[in-house]
Amino acid sequence: MSAHAEAMTENPMPTPRQNEESADSLLQIRDLKKRFSLSGDFLDQLRFKGGKLVRHQEYVHAINGVNLDIKRGEALCVVGESGCGKSTVARTVMGLLTPSEGEIRYDGQRIDNLSSRQLLPYRKRMQMIFQNPYASLNPRMTIQQTLEEPLRLHHPDWKRPKILEKVEEVMHSVGIDPDWGKRFGHEFSGGQRQRIAIARALAVDPEFIVADEPISALDVSIQAQVLNLLMEAQQERNLTYLFITHDLAVVEHFGTRVAVMYLGTVCEIATTATLFEKPRHPYTQALLSAIPRLKDDRPQHIRLSGEVPTPVNLPSGCVFHGRCPHANSRCKQEIPLLQTQDDGTRVACHAVEEGRL
Amino acid sequence: MALLEVNNLDVRFALRQGEVHALRDISFSLERGERLGIVGESGAGKSVAAFSLLNLISKPGFIAGGTVNFDGQVLNHMSERGLRKVRGNRISMIFQDPMMTLNPVLSIGEQMVECLKAHRRISSKEARAIALDKLQQVQIPSPETRLDQYPHELSGGMRQRIIIAIALLLDPDIIIADEPTTALDVTIQAEIMALLLDLCEQHNVGLILITHDLGVVSQVTQRMLVMYAGRVIEQGPTREIINDPQHPYTQGLINALPQMATPGEKLNQIRGSMPSLSNLPSGCAFHPRCDFINRADGQPRPACTQQVPEFVESGNCRVACHMVAEMLEDRRLKEETS
Repeated sequence: MSAHAEAMTENPMPTPRQNEESADSLLQIRDLKKRFSLSGDFLDQLRFKGGKLVRHQEYVHAINGVNLDIKRGEALCVVGESGCGKSTVARTVMGLLTPSEGEIRYDGQRIDNLSSRQLLPYRKRMQMIFQNPYASLNPRMTIQQTLEEPLRLHHPDWKRPKILEKVEEVMHSVGIDPDWGKRFGHEFSGGQRQRIAIARALAVDPEFIVADEPISALDVSIQAQVLNLLMEAQQERNLTYLFITHDLAVVEHFGTRVAVMYLGTVCEIATTATLFEKPRHPYTQALLSAIPRLKDDRPQHIRLSGEVPTPVNLPSGCVFHGRCPHANSRCKQEIPLLQTQDDGTRVACHAVEEGRL
Repeated sequence: MALLEVNNLDVRFALRQGEVHALRDISFSLERGERLGIVGESGAGKSVAAFSLLNLISKPGFIAGGTVNFDGQVLNHMSERGLRKVRGNRISMIFQDPMMTLNPVLSIGEQMVECLKAHRRISSKEARAIALDKLQQVQIPSPETRLDQYPHELSGGMRQRIIIAIALLLDPDIIIADEPTTALDVTIQAEIMALLLDLCEQHNVGLILITHDLGVVSQVTQRMLVMYAGRVIEQGPTREIINDPQHPYTQGLINALPQMATPGEKLNQIRGSMPSLSNLPSGCAFHPRCDFINRADGQPRPACTQQVPEFVESGNCRVACHMVAEMLEDRRLKEETS
């Protein structure tokens, strides 16, 4: 724990909390933006234009001003289609990517500008589970080594018997047989590997877990097993989740609150029950109506025309206006902001604001 | 006789470590214009089933027994030459990944014309006109410019539309679609599925839809097969199976879906995972994961671990399960005594 206290004092600016409303937030994301350059290095960026040498830069605008608060003990699900920036949000929160603009605060402390040494105590409190369990386990390490590694790193003072005891405990808690310890990742099926990845994340007793599509690579019957495991872990350890997924059926089951993202912006945030009962944003409505259901008793789904525009040249105004059935001239010019409705839902849509919808 | 009839199809892979039985005893039929779904988890053999219909199994795999009857011909006894007249012409396929199936160095138009000219004696101009017409049918915006574009210039949804257009090019009788929307996003998936459904209905084309998504199957198909470890374990009308699944595996699969549970409650999981085909459990392949191997009196049913279950007729469905067979037998006995 000494390392943790040290990092706290080292932090140059212990910034005060922004407002009282977010006092119970574990994680706050403020005006987060992330751009990826497409133009290569400096020399690649030089072009001749009209006889002059000009520097030309192109960016993928992966996230454009995202604000999110994650409360203690909740599971905030971020949903959206591929390319909407949901994984970039997860990776930026974990410090795997540095934001281009904006702030990330964890427990009141700003973490986006810390060095990797300063970030170490936070890494122990926040852990990540990745989508593909075939890529996220080191093929040259046994399961025992995989599970010991985070403990050795975060508890350098622990003696071997204590580490072994902890590894066995965490193996039991996710339902892995301790005999598996001697084996390697490739000897296991996808579902078993994802259990190992979850065990690795839980080994250091984190309070916050970022799960980036943890069940999308798994079969239906295995998805249920892993989802149950994540829910049990949440109840037993009082975990907070940031859960990234494209599967709305999973969100409905798992999430406390849902943030719907489209092309790098959040278009609606609501509690799960409210979102599924009364989706406000036209994109959320289309997304919900597109889920194939077993017993179909809903009206015909809303068909969106066109496709998601590229995040290289963002459309002006509302990013959704090109596919929106309710778009008018204002939508094409003015970027809508998230506005709180009377039931607490926050929607970024001119049509909702004007009462047209 | 049905348009396509598959009888006791048996596919094996001769591997160094021994023969793997990838498909056992698959039988089903497809009428003209009918839509059939094949559901199962990865490794259940659904893609092998689709490929074997057109004898597309490559070595070390081979069809070890059974027949595929299509319109009076036995496809798996035909020569390569004969098969080429059926493949893409009367039965066409749509694969999962649209980027893998389109040739990256040919423009869309060239690929479509090539396909038409391989099967019909027509001029390039006529072929191009047909290609354009098909692109219009799949509702691609500005189809004429698309003909001269290359696959990498198009988005995933657009590419899948092109694939559908190519599949329809020669007015086939049957389209086999192997996970056609798995690589796509939810909203695009809904669009493509609706399009495929419309086109099949319009042209009276039969569809064999292979997917792991029970939601898609229940919305699109009329009949379905559920596969587990290389065998069909339940088959019948889609509505009946979805509303009242008989086999414990089908029940488990449907109950494991998040939409079947109360939000926040535990999901009903099936324990364990699918066995590898090279190391199948004895008897019913599902018995190590099954919750119903005990009889009503609490004793384990010996047949489950010893004997591979035969199909029994239950209403309009066929189910391969000892438990279901026993229940039906009991019911029959009761009716006889009363």
